[in-house]
Amino acid sequence: MQSNVLEYFETGALVSSPDKTALVDGQSRHTFAELALRAKNIAAAILVRSEAMNRPIAVFLPKCAYTVMANLGILYSANCYANLDIKSPPERLKAILNNLQAELVITSANLAPALYEAGVPAERLLLVEEVDGTMPQWDEASLAARRAQLIDTDPLCIIHTSGSTGMPKGVALHHKSTIDFMDWAFERLGLGGEETIGSLSPFYFDIYTLELWLSLAKGATLVILPEQYAAFPAKLLEYLVQEAVSFIFWVPTIMVNIANQGLLEKIPQPALRKVLFAGEVFPTKPLNYWRRQLPQALFVNLYGPIEITVDCTYFIVDREMADDEKLPIGFPCRNTDVLIIHEDNRPARVNEHGELCIRGSSLALGYWNSPERTAQAFVQNPLHSQYPELVYRTGDLVYRNERGEIMFVGRKDYQIKHQGYRIELGEIEHAALQVRGVRHACVVYDASSKDIVLYFESEEDIAAADLRRQLGQHLPKYMLPTVTERVGQMPRNPNGKIDRLALSAGRHA
Amino acid sequence: MSKLTDILQSIRPESDFTQSSDFLEDGLLDSFDMVTLVSSLDQAYGISIDGLDIVPDNFKSIAAITALLGKYGATE
Repeated sequence: MQSNVLEYFETGALVSSPDKTALVDGQSRHTFAELALRAKNIAAAILVRSEAMNRPIAVFLPKCAYTVMANLGILYSANCYANLDIKSPPERLKAILNNLQAELVITSANLAPALYEAGVPAERLLLVEEVDGTMPQWDEASLAARRAQLIDTDPLCIIHTSGSTGMPKGVALHHKSTIDFMDWAFERLGLGGEETIGSLSPFYFDIYTLELWLSLAKGATLVILPEQYAAFPAKLLEYLVQEAVSFIFWVPTIMVNIANQGLLEKIPQPALRKVLFAGEVFPTKPLNYWRRQLPQALFVNLYGPIEITVDCTYFIVDREMADDEKLPIGFPCRNTDVLIIHEDNRPARVNEHGELCIRGSSLALGYWNSPERTAQAFVQNPLHSQYPELVYRTGDLVYRNERGEIMFVGRKDYQIKHQGYRIELGEIEHAALQVRGVRHACVVYDASSKDIVLYFESEEDIAAADLRRQLGQHLPKYMLPTVTERVGQMPRNPNGKIDRLALSAGRHA
Repeated sequence: MSKLTDILQSIRPESDFTQSSDFLEDGLLDSFDMVTLVSSLDQAYGISIDGLDIVPDNFKSIAAITALLGKYGATE
């Protein structure tokens, strides 16, 4: 039985196709053999600095080939990687690094200043230039012996997500859950080395996990799609043709844009055979456009919060669906059980709404260094108390229809999906309260216009530009309110809490 | 050019578009902004910008956007 994700690589692409292109990053191309070599160099450089095992090592680099090499190097050194967004606002970066207490941070000289500013001492930085310059020594046997000491429930990576109290959460994933998911995906979705992956998501999100191990296990080429093309779908599609991309796993937003602009007729994609999507609802009308334009492709809707590794349910779109018919989130992936718990704490009946809870090997280890938040989200299975068994409560409301398909309804709380990003409105509110002069803040999401609306109470008026600038110290761009409105006084519930519904209703009055 | 600058400013109130000669290089507009910008331009000028025209060269500066608008017969 496999106990370490690296075995995918060591027995997979490295053996079957060492000289095949593994990564395409702009002008540079790297083979699987080169990847292994450079990863092991990085592992050796890490070991010179620290002999620790099972420690988080952060990577503060743009989305590039080196990040992949660093991730592998960290795994070879028997530690877990935490990829960070280099565009993180300073306060957020500081909070993340403070919580992580990373053993080392791998970065490049030009990015080091941001890390110093976030409080990371120079001796914890491992510079790309350093590793390339010194070519550290390593031997295969001792590296193998090191990772043989790990077990499959040891952490492999930490992925950060929005936290409602203002502090982002670091979700720690382990080898076993990743292996279980990947083995299922390879088999159920028929994924193999013949794929050319067009990677659009940042490497600090979970889509990367599937892309990375598909590449390393099966020998598929991973093409990093240039970030600037995300804003220009025509350029993106031309690039897909140029690289003969056959596999994409994207967030629906950009696919909806492409459908709205009718671009697939203008820039046909004959090579595209596998279209996976996750992260938000893909409205059926634009999905049907894609299906008509790509009759040869397999379309798969995947669903799952980061707390269950990658995804926990899937739906292969293989039947006729009316433009106004809602797409199911489908069926559980293998070795994952989905419980739909009614608010009366019993299993929901067919067509009855309940909270989606997940049990099984896919559950993350928890939130890094946050036992209280972990205990709140990962709880004892409410359906029995015979033995300790955790379920993850997603906060998503769903129901099972007569066909047995799980249908998504909405959220129980104030978490939203905006442009595919998961955002806790509370995190935005928390940041707003840090702005000088703001007394009260409430953020609502207007799904019809896709606006993040910040209502605030303050002594004096604050210009939108100033607000956004100050919020930009704490929040990434995609979390910045698109509309800000100062109110004389926040509407309140009888219990004294801010009345969100009144504020939302006010928008459409 | 004030109508255009108004539109840009409303999307990114904290950015200074008058000081930049390349909005994309300078990070003043990102992928989300582009969608909003295109639909705002379509609405404001009564045009429908073709997907094939949504390329970096047409959006990197006030001059570039103005030229693109001109192509669609739109003027201030």
